[in-house]
Amino acid sequence: MIEILKLGLYDSIQDLGRKGVQQFGVPHSGAMDAYSAKMANLILDNAMDAAVLEFTMLGPTLKCLKDTVICLSGAESGPKINERPVEQHKALSFKSGDVLHIGPCLNGARGYLAIAGGFRTETVLGSRSQYANITAAFKLQKGDRLPINQNVQEKASNRALIKLPPEHFNTQTLTVFPGPEFSRLSKTQAETLMSQSYSVSKDSNRMAYQLNETLENELQSCITSLVLPGTVQLTPSGQLVILMRDCQTTGGYPRVLQLSEQAIDRLSQKKIGDQFRLKWMGK
Amino acid sequence: MINYNLTYHRFSERAILVQWPPEISEAVLKDVLSFKNRLLDHGVKQIIEVNHAYQSLLVIYHNTIDNLNSAVSALKEQYEQRVEVNKERQQLWKIPVCYHADFGLDLAEISEGKQLPIPELIQRHCQAIYTVYFIGFLPGFLYLGGLDEALHMPRKKRPRAAIKKGAVAIGGSQTGIYPNASPAGWQLIGNCPLQLFDATQNPPCFAKAGDKVQCYEIDLKTHQAISKAVEQGTYHLKSEVFYD
Repeated sequence: MIEILKLGLYDSIQDLGRKGVQQFGVPHSGAMDAYSAKMANLILDNAMDAAVLEFTMLGPTLKCLKDTVICLSGAESGPKINERPVEQHKALSFKSGDVLHIGPCLNGARGYLAIAGGFRTETVLGSRSQYANITAAFKLQKGDRLPINQNVQEKASNRALIKLPPEHFNTQTLTVFPGPEFSRLSKTQAETLMSQSYSVSKDSNRMAYQLNETLENELQSCITSLVLPGTVQLTPSGQLVILMRDCQTTGGYPRVLQLSEQAIDRLSQKKIGDQFRLKWMGK
Repeated sequence: MINYNLTYHRFSERAILVQWPPEISEAVLKDVLSFKNRLLDHGVKQIIEVNHAYQSLLVIYHNTIDNLNSAVSALKEQYEQRVEVNKERQQLWKIPVCYHADFGLDLAEISEGKQLPIPELIQRHCQAIYTVYFIGFLPGFLYLGGLDEALHMPRKKRPRAAIKKGAVAIGGSQTGIYPNASPAGWQLIGNCPLQLFDATQNPPCFAKAGDKVQCYEIDLKTHQAISKAVEQGTYHLKSEVFYD
């Protein structure tokens, strides 16, 4: 068990999300930066889809109630155990009574805490990812006690420290596919869409990232169709909205682009105001 | 069976979007479902999920699609071999709706705008047999087709920040039931005491695409009684077999 002593800005339990239930209108959910979440699990020899704790911009403070092993991944967040700085991307021994303090995210927007065996919070429709009206709570609360899957070898391995590539956090280029309605854009619109520089607006969360820059738009909305995390919608006012992990399953705005899976992970690490450009997948 | 002219679009590393011509009709829905069933029943290698909307099908693969042409050819082959969905036996769900003024917050306004008395609005809403096209927007939100044209109403100029779970509403040419409390821009006409989405059940929705839905009017007292029975798990939803 791990107890939440103090919350970060937005803490939730996430795995790799729900599969096969989108036909009931259930969002995918799952870790925003699936790559970092998987790396944390990999370092602990966990299953790739073991549930991790995701924090945004600022991490929580947690207390260990039973000896275990943990790993921090994602953005650098200045973690300390009992006030002593500890390394990230490494298996760490976390003993009963220890207090883990996670600070602000420095080089990205999201961090991950994995634990040997994975968190064993409620599973709903095949996933432990928290989401409103699906799980009992949509995010973690102060005082929550998180159960852990036991029956795992609980020892910090001596495995060498793994480094995540710096470009995962500082890249200014995201790769995209043309969306189903891309061909309806005029030549000028298409060129502007792919050449201008973008920045993340303050209206960005687990459901969608909105961009500060707009694109002059005359396209009509279309018949409600299917969308995925990473779908870039162009609204009637010219706003560009990039759907993220908690997005709805259907939508009616023209889908002009689709982010690659790597680009979704990397965009998840972008903070308000961070800039980037787009480039075609495979080019 | 009509062979539609379908388009195939690579949507992401692992997904292909199939689209029918841009129309909302039962004929297209049946063809979409026939193709979907074919893909699900004949376990095409690597396909892990198939979702649909009015005139589109999203096919999700386990791994990155290396050869788009061969993946599309395989899909086309399956389309040729689809079997028309059984159109004789369909489920017709009888949905209780309370149109009391406590719930039907916009009924008076609609009545005035349409020059139709409220009882007639209700009668028309209950007369129609709706088709479930797909579930989307919110978990358990049924996209229903078949609203009486006299009831078509533009969305509210100012959306409400929060409406009650079970709200029955009209938006444009569509009608729907909100499975949970949510912000909403549709016109409110009533409330349904049923649980449209139950995450503890699998499947979490009783209705599925292709099913039919018909509303019937209940009073406030019955609404309360059904809500209680639903909460206690003792309510049995009525359904009939419907013949096209």
